[in-house]
Amino acid sequence: MTDKTVSLPEERRHGSFIKNNLRNYGMLMSLVAIMLFFQVVTGGTLLQPLNLTNLVLQNSYIVIMALGMLLVIVTGHIDLSVGSVAGFIGAVAALLMVTYKVDYTLAFIACLALGAAIGAAQGYWVAYFKIPSFIVTLAGMLVFKGLALAVLQGQSLGPFPATFQKLSSGFIPELLPEAGTLHPTSMLIGALLALGLVYASAKGRSREQSHGIEVEPYGFFLGKSIVLACAVLYFTYLIATYRGLPNVLVIMSALIALYGFVTRRTVIGRQIYAVGGNAKAASLSGIKTERLTFLTFVNMGVLAALAGLVFAARLNTATPKAGLGFELDVIAACFIGGASAYGGVGRVGGAVVGAMIMGVMNNGMSILGIGIDYQQVIKGLVLLGAVCIDVYNQRR
Amino acid sequence: MTAMLEMRNVSKSFAGVQALRDVNFSVRAGQIHALVGENGAGKSTLMKVLSGVYPHGSYEGTIIFEGEERRFRDINDSEALGIIIIHQELALIPLMSIAENIFLSHPPSKFGVIDRDEVYRRTRELLAQVGLKESPDTLITDLGVGKQQLVEIAKALSKRVRMLILDEPTASLNEADSAALLERLMAFREQGIGSILISHKLNEVAKVADHITVLRDGRTVDSIDCHAEPIQEDRIIRSMVNRDMAHRFPERNVKIGEPVLDVENWSVYHPIHPERQVIKNVSFGVKRGEVVGIAGLMGAGRTEFAMSLFGRSWGTNISGIIRLEGREIALPSVAAAIDAGLAYVTEDRKQLGLILADDVRKNITLASLDQVAPSRVIDDIAELKVASDYRNRMRIRCADVYQETGQLSGGNQQKVVLSKWLMTDPKVLILDEPTRGIDVGAKYEIYCIINELAEAGRGVVVISSEMPELLGICDRICVMNDGAFVGEFKGSEATQEKIMRAIMRNERSIGNAAPAAAEMGGSQP
Repeated sequence: MTDKTVSLPEERRHGSFIKNNLRNYGMLMSLVAIMLFFQVVTGGTLLQPLNLTNLVLQNSYIVIMALGMLLVIVTGHIDLSVGSVAGFIGAVAALLMVTYKVDYTLAFIACLALGAAIGAAQGYWVAYFKIPSFIVTLAGMLVFKGLALAVLQGQSLGPFPATFQKLSSGFIPELLPEAGTLHPTSMLIGALLALGLVYASAKGRSREQSHGIEVEPYGFFLGKSIVLACAVLYFTYLIATYRGLPNVLVIMSALIALYGFVTRRTVIGRQIYAVGGNAKAASLSGIKTERLTFLTFVNMGVLAALAGLVFAARLNTATPKAGLGFELDVIAACFIGGASAYGGVGRVGGAVVGAMIMGVMNNGMSILGIGIDYQQVIKGLVLLGAVCIDVYNQRR
Repeated sequence: MTAMLEMRNVSKSFAGVQALRDVNFSVRAGQIHALVGENGAGKSTLMKVLSGVYPHGSYEGTIIFEGEERRFRDINDSEALGIIIIHQELALIPLMSIAENIFLSHPPSKFGVIDRDEVYRRTRELLAQVGLKESPDTLITDLGVGKQQLVEIAKALSKRVRMLILDEPTASLNEADSAALLERLMAFREQGIGSILISHKLNEVAKVADHITVLRDGRTVDSIDCHAEPIQEDRIIRSMVNRDMAHRFPERNVKIGEPVLDVENWSVYHPIHPERQVIKNVSFGVKRGEVVGIAGLMGAGRTEFAMSLFGRSWGTNISGIIRLEGREIALPSVAAAIDAGLAYVTEDRKQLGLILADDVRKNITLASLDQVAPSRVIDDIAELKVASDYRNRMRIRCADVYQETGQLSGGNQQKVVLSKWLMTDPKVLILDEPTRGIDVGAKYEIYCIINELAEAGRGVVVISSEMPELLGICDRICVMNDGAFVGEFKGSEATQEKIMRAIMRNERSIGNAAPAAAEMGGSQP
C-alpha cells in the first residue's frame, strides 16, 4: 500500500482549501454576523448573561428535534408531525406525573418509549409501504394534535414535580466555592471543554500528518483553534456569571456531540447518507435501505418526545397548544444549515447553527419589540435567502 | 418516381465519437424503408437528425424533403412538414384518456376553450383509421402496449403526416398486435405515406419492406431493393456485424480452474406482471479464471438474470439452485450475495452504481465498510488509505479521493464502481455493459482489469451488447434471447455471424408471440 498523497500546485491547494472551508463555515459566519448585528442594535442586551441563558433554554427543544430531523431529511424524507408529537408527549407526561402521580423517572422513560413507538408507527408506512413521508406525517400531525387535546380534555395540566422541572429550568450543581457572581464549576467545565476540543483537533491533525495526509496549513489551524477556544471560554464565562450551565444545555451538547459522531464516523451514519444520496445504488451495495429509513423515524420520535418533555418542564404545565408550529422551525433550521431537500446532504453542525440563527433572530427581534407578524416575515425571507445562497454556491 | 426524402452525406459526431459517417439514405413516397443494424449502429442518431432533434448545424450533410433542402431547428419544424417519429418508449400520459393524449398539444378549440365534441369526433375517426376499437374516454393506463402503440400512431395521424418513422414498433407487441400494426403500415403505403421502419426482427422486415438499408458503425453498408432481388437473411446479418476489428484487446493468459458459480433451472417472473416469466429455467456456470460473455439484444433478459442472481434484486417468484464452489447456497438479499462472494457491477452507473454527490473514497468503501470500521466506527485514515490504494491501482484520474464522483469522466466513474466491488473481494463478478459510454482508451483499461481479475482466479461474467468486445475478451460466450440461452460458443470459435444467427433463428422460431423486450424495464438506456 502506498502512502503517497497527491501534491497539487501550492496556490491551487490553498485556493481550494479556502473555498471549501468558506462553504463549511459560511453559515457559522452568518450566525456570528447576525449575533453581532443584534448585539449592537439591542445595545448589548443580546449577550447579557440572563438573556443568553434564556436563549439556550428557549431553543433547546428546537435544537434537539433538529438533530433527528436532519437524519430524516438526509434520507430524503420529511417529518411534519414532530411539533404535534412533542405536544402530545408533554400531555401524556402531565397525565402520568400530575394526574396519576407516577414516578418522574418512570414517566420520563415511558414517554421516550412512546415517542419511539410513534416514530416506528410512522416510519413503518414510509419505509416499508413507500407512502410519501409528507403524507404519513401530515396525518400524524393531525392525529397527535387531536390526541393531545383529548388527553388534556382541552385544559392545561400542571404543575410538574419539582425534580422534573429541573430538566429545563435547573442548573448544574455548584461543587466549588462561589466567587462573586461567577459559577466556578461551570467555568471549569467550559475551560476543560475548550482544552479538550483544541487537543482533539491537534491530535487528529498530527495523526493525519504522520500518515502523510495533506492537512490544513498550520497558521489556519492555529487561528481556528484560538478562535474556537476563545469562543467557548467567552460563552461559558457569560453563562457562568448568571446561574451556571443549564442542565438542558449539558444534555443538548452531549446529543450534538453524539449525533455529530454518528453521522461522520460510524457505519450506520455513512449508510444513512448513502440511502439519501442514491437509494438504488445503496441497496445494490448491500445496504438495508428500508430498515435505515425506518430507524431514522424511530429516532425522530424519541427526540421529539425528549423535546416535548423539555418544553413541558420549561412551561411547568402541559397545554393543548404546546408544540404548535415547532415542526416549521425545526425543518427551517435544517435547511438553513445546508441540508438538501433531495436528500444525501446535510451536517449536524449545520442544523445546530441553523437552529441558533432562528433562535437568535427570534430573541433579537423580540428584544427590539418587532411584532410577531413581521418576525415571521423576516424569518421566512431568511430561510429562502439561505437556501438560495446554498443552491447558488452548489451550481458554481 | 423521385425520392420524397433524401439524406445526403450525413455525418455526426459526439465528443470525438463518430456516430454517422457519410450516410446516404432516401425514401420514396408510398415506400416502406427498413433500417436495420446492431445496437449502436447509428439508426436512432440518423432518425434524430432527420426529425430535427439534432438541429441543423450540429451535423454535416443535407436533408432534402419533397424537393427542397430543409434545415430543421427542432422537432416542431419537421413535424410541420409531416415527418412524424414514434419512439420506442411510448410518450403517452398514462392517466389521461385516449382523446386527451391524441390532442395533447393542439386540441381543437374555440376562444381557448377545448371543443370536446370536435375532439371526440376526430378521435373516433382516427381510431377507426388505425383499427382500434376503444372509446376515446378510455385511459391509456387501461390499454395494453399494443393498443398504446396504435394510439401513438393515431396521434401521429392527427397531424398532417407525410412520413412516419417507427422505432422498434413491435418490440413489445405480441404476434396479433404486431401483425395488425404491420397491416396498418401497408395501408399507409397505399395512401402514399412514406415509412421508415427500424426493427431487429428480420422476418417482419422481409414481410413489409420495399427497401432495406443496413447501417454499421455509422455507415451505410448495404442497400437492398426488395422487389429487384430476393431477401437473403444471411446477407443482411453479415452486413450488420461484419466489421474490421478496429478495437484492440489486451493479451490474455488463460488458466481455467474449478467451477465457482453454477446456476441450475433458474426462473424469474416479472415484478409488475407476475404472470410473465422473464427468465425461463436457465442453467449457467462460470469457472475460476474464466471470462464468460452473455450476448443478446436489448431486452433479452440478461440484466434481469444477473440482478435476480444478485440477492434477488430484480423479479418475483424466483426459483432455481445456485451453487458457489460446489456448495448450494441461498442468496435472499444483496448483503447475503456480497457476503457469499458475488459482485454485480450495474449497467447504469449513474442511477444504480454511484452516489454522485459523494466523493470517490465514500463510493469505494460503501459496500465493504466493515473492513475499515472495526466496531462499526469508521477509521478514516484506514479508509483513506484503502481508497488511495485503489485509486493508484486502477489509475482513477481524479484530483484526490475527496473529489465528487459526479465530476469524473465515464471511464473513471466506472473504475470507481469496479474498485467498490473489488474491495468486497468477490469470487464471481458480473459486469453489466462495463464499457458503455466510455471512450476507447478507457475501454482498453477496463479490459485489462477484467483480465487481471480472471488471472487472479475470479470468475468473471460480462454482459455486453458489443459483440466484438465479447469476442475479444471472453473464453466462452452464451447467447441469451427472450429469457433463455439459445446458443453457446467457445471464444475461439465464436463469430459475430454465429451469434447473430443464433439470436435471429430464435426470434423467428418464437415468432412475435413472446411479449419480450422493451417492457422488461431497466435494461434500456
